[in-house]
Parts: sequence; C-alpha cells; structure tokens
Amino acid sequence: MEPQRRANRRLALKLGAGALAMAGFGYALVPLYDAFCQATGLNGRTGTAEAGATGVAEARWVTVEFDGTVMPGLPWRFEPAQLKQRVHPGEPATAFFRVKNLADRPLDGRAVPSVTPPAAARHFTKTECFCFGRQRLEAGEERVMPVTFIVSPELPRELGTLTLAYAFFPSEGEEK
Amino acid sequence: MSVKFPLLLAALAAAAPHSARAEWAWNFPAPVTPLALDTLHVHNTFMAIALAIFVVVFAIMLYSIFTHRKSRGMEPATFTRPSTAAQVFWTTIPFLVFAFIDFILMGIPAYHSVVVMEDTRSDADMVVKVTGSQWKWQYEYPEEGIRFVSALATTPEQIADRAAKGEHYLLEVDHPLVLPVGKKVRILLTSTDVIHTWWVPQFGAKRDAIPGFIRETWARIERPGTYRGQCAELCGKGHGFMPVVVQAVAEPEYRLWVARQKGEQAAQAAGAERVWSRDELMKQGETVYGKVCAVCHQAQGQGIPGAFPALAGSKVVNGPALDRQGRLVKDGHLDRVMNGKPGTAMQAFKATLSDSEIAGVVTYERNSFGNKMGDAVQPAQVKALR
Amino acid sequence: MTTGELALHQAHAVPPRGWLRWLTTTNHKDIGTMYLVFSLAMFFVGGLMILLVRAELFRPGLQLMEPELFNQLIGVHALVMIFMALMPAATGFANWMIPLMIGAPDMALPRLNNWSFWLLPPAATLLLMPFVLALFGVGTGAVGTGWTLYAPLSVQDGMGMDFAIFAIHLLGISSVMGSINIIVTILNLRAPGMTLMKLPLFAWGWLLTAFMLVAVIPVLAGAVTMLLTDRHFGTHFFNAGGGGDPILFQHLFWFFGHPEVYIVLFPVWGFTPHILSAFARKPVYGYRAQVYAFWVIGVLSVIVWGHHIMTSGLSTAGLLYFMYSTMAISLPLSVLFFCWIATLWRGAMTFEAPMLFALGMIVLFGVGGLTGLVLADAAADAQYHHSYFVVAHFHYTLFAGGIMGIMAGAYFWLPKMTGHLYSEKLAQWHFWLTAVAFNLTFLPQFFLGLAGMPRRIPDYALQFADFNWVSSVGAFFLGAAQLLFLVNVVKCIRGGPPAGDKPWEGAQGLEWTLPSPPPRHTFQTRPVGE
Repeated sequence: MEPQRRANRRLALKLGAGALAMAGFGYALVPLYDAFCQATGLNGRTGTAEAGATGVAEARWVTVEFDGTVMPGLPWRFEPAQLKQRVHPGEPATAFFRVKNLADRPLDGRAVPSVTPPAAARHFTKTECFCFGRQRLEAGEERVMPVTFIVSPELPRELGTLTLAYAFFPSEGEEK
Repeated sequence: MSVKFPLLLAALAAAAPHSARAEWAWNFPAPVTPLALDTLHVHNTFMAIALAIFVVVFAIMLYSIFTHRKSRGMEPATFTRPSTAAQVFWTTIPFLVFAFIDFILMGIPAYHSVVVMEDTRSDADMVVKVTGSQWKWQYEYPEEGIRFVSALATTPEQIADRAAKGEHYLLEVDHPLVLPVGKKVRILLTSTDVIHTWWVPQFGAKRDAIPGFIRETWARIERPGTYRGQCAELCGKGHGFMPVVVQAVAEPEYRLWVARQKGEQAAQAAGAERVWSRDELMKQGETVYGKVCAVCHQAQGQGIPGAFPALAGSKVVNGPALDRQGRLVKDGHLDRVMNGKPGTAMQAFKATLSDSEIAGVVTYERNSFGNKMGDAVQPAQVKALR
Repeated sequence: MTTGELALHQAHAVPPRGWLRWLTTTNHKDIGTMYLVFSLAMFFVGGLMILLVRAELFRPGLQLMEPELFNQLIGVHALVMIFMALMPAATGFANWMIPLMIGAPDMALPRLNNWSFWLLPPAATLLLMPFVLALFGVGTGAVGTGWTLYAPLSVQDGMGMDFAIFAIHLLGISSVMGSINIIVTILNLRAPGMTLMKLPLFAWGWLLTAFMLVAVIPVLAGAVTMLLTDRHFGTHFFNAGGGGDPILFQHLFWFFGHPEVYIVLFPVWGFTPHILSAFARKPVYGYRAQVYAFWVIGVLSVIVWGHHIMTSGLSTAGLLYFMYSTMAISLPLSVLFFCWIATLWRGAMTFEAPMLFALGMIVLFGVGGLTGLVLADAAADAQYHHSYFVVAHFHYTLFAGGIMGIMAGAYFWLPKMTGHLYSEKLAQWHFWLTAVAFNLTFLPQFFLGLAGMPRRIPDYALQFADFNWVSSVGAFFLGAAQLLFLVNVVKCIRGGPPAGDKPWEGAQGLEWTLPSPPPRHTFQTRPVGE
C-alpha cells in the first residue's frame, strides 16, 4: 500500500496547489479585468493614452454630452458648464465643469469618469483631466475645471452621440 | 399531466379569493415601443420553437414509455453495446439539429434584436437622466433644467393591510416621469448608492443603474398612456417599493408640462429670493415636519429611543446651522437635513425638499419642542448651498 | 508503519461506539451517510425558510414579516439549498458509491474525508446563527443581499454578511477537499482493468464536477475575501470611488456561479443513465458520447458567465458573444437527452420510484433547459432578467434537475445502503405529489415573470395576486410531499423486507455484486475487471 499512499498524496498536493493557483487567478482577474475594460471600453472605461496622430476627420461631427453626479457624503455642487459640444474626431477639445464646496471646511473629492455607449469608450481619450488626481476645495471655494479630450477618428460610424459622465466621490481620508 | 394542468389551475382559480384586478396575464404586457414589439415577437417565436422541441422530444419518450414496458411483455432490445462507433454517429444528429436551431433559426432574429436594443445609429431627440438611490428615482431633463424625485405614493397603511389597496397598489408615484410620444428618448442611468435596475416592461427596456458609472438605454413610445414598472435589482429593504411610472403624452402636452414645471421652479426660486418672516417659516416648517419628519422623530420631537434620536434638546438642533459666511457646518443641523447621515435612516432631503421647505423645517425644529435657538434659516441661504 | 497510521489502522479495526464513532470515522460509508443525513436536514431547513416566504407572498400586503427578514430568507434559502442540501447530497452519494463502483477499498484520503464533512456543521451554524442572534437583539439578522451577494449592497449589509462570508469560506474548503479526494480516488484507486473509458458514468460526472469545483470555488473564495476587506479593511475592489468597480464582483461571482449549476447537475446526469438502464433492462446508450458531452459542457460552462449580467451594460459584442456561447450549451445537452431516451428505447421498462423520479427529472429539466435557451437571447433577456421567469427557470433546473434527480438516486441506492426495501407505495405517492405540486408552484412563476413581476420583492401589485396565490398553495403541497420521503427513509433505515444483493433486476455494476448492506470494509482485495 505504501507506494499507493505516496501517489495519492502527490496527486492531492498537486490538486491543492491547483486550487491555490485558482485563488490567485481570482485576484489576478482584478488587474486583468481593468486592463480588459481599458482595452475594450467595457463598463465605460475611457482610454488615457496619448492619442495617435491619425489626423482630423474634418467632415465628420460627433456630439459629446456631459453629465455630473455628486455622490453622498460630499457636500459639493458639480455640473457641466456646457451640456454638449460638437467636435471633429481626432481634434482635441476642451470642456468645463463647475464645482463648488458648500461646506465650512476644505474637502477632497475624486471624480470617476465613464463614457457611454460602451462601444465609444475605447475611442474616447482624455489628455488632461481634473479626474486624474484628487481635488481639494477650500471651504466655500468655487472652481471651473477643464477636461481636454480627443474622440478617435476610429470611432464606429454609427456612433453620433456619446456621453462623458463624472461621479464625484468623497476622497480617501474624508469621513463617511 | 400537461393536459390536466390548465383544468387544475381553473379549478383552483374558482376557489381562490379574487382580487379586484385579477388578470391571469401570462405573457408580456402590450408593447408600446419598437424595441418591446421586437422583443415580444422574438419571445413568441422562441417560445413556440422551445414548445415544439419539447413536444417532439417528449412525444418520442412518452411513446417509448407506453410501448416498451415489461408489463406488455417487451423483451429488451440487444442492439446496443456500449460505445460503438454507430452510437457516436447517431448522437451527432441532435447536435447538428440544435446547431441549426440555435444559430440559424433563433440566432439570426436574436442578432437582429440585440442590434435594435443597442441602437446608437439614430440620434436621440432628447435625453433624460435617471438616478437611482435607496429607494426612489430622480429624473433630470438636462436640456430643460428640470429635476425631481419620484417616490412611491402608496400609503404604509395599504401595505400593512390597514387600508383598502388602490388600483395601482405599489405601482404609483408622487411625480411620474413625463415623456413625449414619438420621440427617441435616450435614457442615461446611474446610482448614488447600490445597484438598481430601471425597468418598464412595456418599453422592453431594462438596464442597471450602477454607482459611479453611466449606462444608457432608449425608448420611443408610440402610444400615449401611463406605463408602470419597478426596480428589478435587489437594493435593500425598499426594493419592492421603488416603482417606475412613466406618463407618455403628445408633444404639445409635453411642452405645456415642461413650461409648467419651469414655472413652478421659477416660483420656488422666487420664494428663495425674498426674505421670509419668522412666522411664515414656522408655518411652512410645521407642515413639512408633520409630513416628512414626524414618522421617525415623532410629533413632539421626542424620537424613539434606540431607533430614532429625539430632536427635543438635541445637540445637533441646538448647535449652529451655518457658519458666518453662510457655509454648512459639518454635521450641523442644516448639513444633516440636506445631506442626511450615511448609514442611518436619515436621508439627504436636499433632493426631495425645496429651499423654502428646508429653511422652514430647520427653523421650526430649532424653535419647537422646547428648543429655543431663536434664529431662522432663509430659503436664499439654502439655495446658495445647492 | 508510523504511529498515526497505526492508530488509523486500529481505528479501522475497532470503531469507537456512539457519537465518537461518527466524529472520528474515516470509513467512506459512514462519511457518506453523514453527508446524506446532513443534506436531508438542510433540505428541510431551506424548505421551511421558503415556505415562510411563500406564506408572505400568499396575498398582496405585508402580513408576516418586514422586508429585511424577507430579503434574508430568500438569500439564505438559496445558499442552504445549493451549498448544504444539493452539493452534500451529491458528495454523500460519491462517498458511498464511487469506491463500490470502481472496486476501491475506501476513499484515497480517508482523514481528509472526515475533515471535509466536519467543516459543514460549523458552516451551517455560521450562516444561520445571525437569525438567532437577532432574536436576542444582536445584529440585524442574516445576510440580506440574496445569494448573489452583489456589491455594493453587500458592502453596506450588516454583520450577517460577515458570517456568510466565513460560512462560504468553510463550505468552499470543504468542497475543494472533498473534490480532491474524489479525483484522487477515481484516478488512482480504480480496480485493475477498469480504464477511464470503462468508468461508470456516475464517476465520470463526479470527476468533471470535482475538477470544476477545484477550479472555480477558489475564485468565489477570493471574491468574498475581497468583499470582506472592502467592508472592514479599507480596500476598494468594488467601490468606484476608490478606483474599483462593482461590476467586477458580478464577473467574479458568475465565473463561479455558472459552472456551479453544472457542478450540482453533473453527478445527477452521471447516475441517471445507470437508473434508466437498470429499469429499461438495457445497457446505457452512447456511453462515449455522454462522456464527451460532459467535457464539452464543462468547458463551455466557464466561458458563458456573462449571460447572468446582460442588463449590466455589456457592449453589443459582449452581448452577442455571451448569447451564442450560451446557446451552444444546448448542443452537448441535446446529446445527453438523446442518449437518455435512446437508453429507454425498446427496453423492457418498469416504473419503480427511482425510474419515476429519473423520468420526471428528464421531462421537467427539459423545461428548464429549453427556457434557458430562450433566456440566452440577449434582447428578450432584458425582459426576463431579474423577473420571476428566471426564478421559475432555475427551479426547473435545480429543483427538477437537481433535487428530483437526487431523489431518484436516493431510492435507487437506499436498498443497497440499508439492506432494506423502502415502501414502494409511499414512494409512488411521493413522486406524483412532488411532480404535481412542483408544477403548481413554479409554472405560474413563468407567467408572473412575463407579466412583469420582479424577483425578490416582498410585496407585489394586484395584477400578480392570482398566480402568486396558486404558487403559494403549490409550495405548501410540495413541502408536505417531502415529508413522505422523510418517513420512507426513516422506515427503510429501521427495517423492511431484505433487499438482497441486487434489488433491481436490470442493475449493472460492481456495487450490485456486494451484499446489502455492504460490510464495513469492501474490496480489501481488488476485484479484477473484465
């Protein structure tokens, strides 16, 4: 029976290692999912890479709409300064958002961008954005914040309108 | 058994205590958008295919069950040996039949429907933003600057069986979403807490509202009417009490409604412009308190120990509401009323109450139940904090 | 021989008496029995919960409970039924039967086997304890998010969630250890001459289930661990504000959740052909085709999870991919159905309880499978999703396909395990009442869903009242019918006509060459296959 037991134990250990590897795979799915979302625009993730010099599609117009939501726990007012903007694919454009801290103390916020429809997200690139880092507003401070973006000329033909939406979350360190 | 079944149902139905709106509806409600119509067609076709497969397959099985029994003296056939090549050959036939059904018979119309559902080719005529929060919907018309909250209108008495249930029990709201017919409406969705799902069956539209991210769906309503749906994703204790009601009206009527909404908002804004007298605020506040706050904090502000804090003698109420520059004091009285207290039943009333209502109720609370702050909050001050 | 092995050897020789025997046993038959008894007990616990729910849903309005308790009952019902009734039942059969079927003296890793089982009672306690604690004013009750535990609702949920997370960890460890044991037993301890392609189909089904469990349970464990750290240790896996994503949880959950369906069903599909062949008195048709179908389904099952989240905003390409890949599962499944019916064809059938349950399982699971095919259509899914249509669909697969299949196996093997024949009359009543009450309960739920009733709501609009009434009545009949099974099992354990080595005329396989009940130690010397 001895060799049999050793063989059993060896196979069991291999399978146990397999199970542990799968747990690792579960965690690896977190960055993989992020990378997948960036690459495909799944879940409205936008690209942040430098736009390739693919030229400007002069003849084509795309409408970009803007939207802002403030999450609970952040007493701020936040709204797009313009509801929509018509842009040529390939041409950098800048839009503005107005934000005001209504509280009596400085507060940090962090804006999370997303783009819909999902097929458009991958072709939407921000070159400069207030969402790249956390924002601190002094008590009562009001500010206009810019976002510069490029809609890629590779945007599928059937997409004429897309929406860039931000959700402003209270940032780390801020109480709930 | 399947033949007996409708009979059995009918017999039970006869014995059942009938409700006022007995419907026995067994299929999708009447579609009112092109998407819902398409979905209904696809659904009906697929159900027919599924039923046909079911009937054919189990007719063969039933035939075998009735014919090939031992009690009829059947001798078991000996033509099968385990794992012969012939068996592998025969078993590819259902495989191929289903490949045809899945990818041709069902696959092609299904492809078409998905393209219709995700239609982005045609531009939308208007945009509506829907924000879910526990447990109500906020609707926003960015182009018109209109924004309001839509909450369940059914009374707690009806839910607790203490009052007769109305015709639209649980499917009625205080402020329905109003949309024009014949226009393609792009519906943007997001949430501020957990995941909700916005669903109107007659539109064929159902999409999740996800905190932090934006989603979209669309509807082109073809018939005027009132269409009812519900939140479809479990979102906590109020999940069953978060209806969606859409009123579809003709374009001129819609324009009229928009004008009226704008007028009301302008009146409210005007209310915020002028300075209110203390008595006006107290009167306004008393009404709002009775309607909104007394459920938890009780009529005399005594609260319910262990569940809802008392306002009488409360530190928050008897503390500052605003600082000298008119900014919110952290965890101060006005902050609580406007922004709520996360993790508790105290919600943010910023979205549901107007400037004068908030100013009134805060002034009222600070000067009632034995609280004697003596100060008042003006609607204009509240407006500045939005 | 080491001292540990010596002690083990002695334990084998003279089993301790009373409860100590069950606590320390490493005998596969004892452990199998414990799994089956635990499963039966949990089946009634989970059933009782859902009867409370159906009582609340009997008519519109809230009569019995607050929505919080309602949400807890539906979620815990699902967790109990899936993790503590269905899966342990299948593991119980595996413990009892696989060594007998493949001519092994015991499971390959007997002590691991003991631990796998004894993790279950603590897990059940953890999951259910918050209900009791809430009675004493501690916490707000059990997990209230439904069994899917979607973030951020599960991040917001009370202490019951933490209990559920630890319960899932224990259950996961138990299933992974059990699975490893089964794989090692099947791969290493087969009787000489039994090649893999001569393996009984039940062992094949379990082999696939075990591999899938080892692959996907750790992903679930990882996902709930991320939930735990999000809740208490400031991580942001599922919080958009911290750079996370709530939809990620859904992907992780369903990466486990979809294979889980086949994990539960493969053991049943494994022994179904044994039963059909026994009562049709004909060999299994298409053995090889069935093995291949298992493999194809197993592989497909891990790449189709997205059809559970089609309304979450997948891209058009994603919707189409998940739609077509999901539809593709019907291809190998149709092969299984074909083989089952071909096994019956021109046989000499008799209809004892195992056969009735197996046939009932096939027909009703057919409804579940076909509605699954319809559900795969992404556009129509927007209507079905989160509605009672889905509730009906997965009860046709998991109750009809799962529980009724388990019942078939139970009646099939009870005489072998106890040495007594069960009461056939009681069993026939059990089947017919179950079949009728099941349809009465769940058929109306298809219509409710189509008419627009969302799932997981404690109260509903008036137009849904009639079908809900019917469904509740059906549920109570269904619950009552299961008491007949309990009575029958207890009677069968305590006595009854002797079963003989082979109570079923047409049964084939090594297990039927042994006496009933089999002695404590079997196949100490390996049988030699043909």
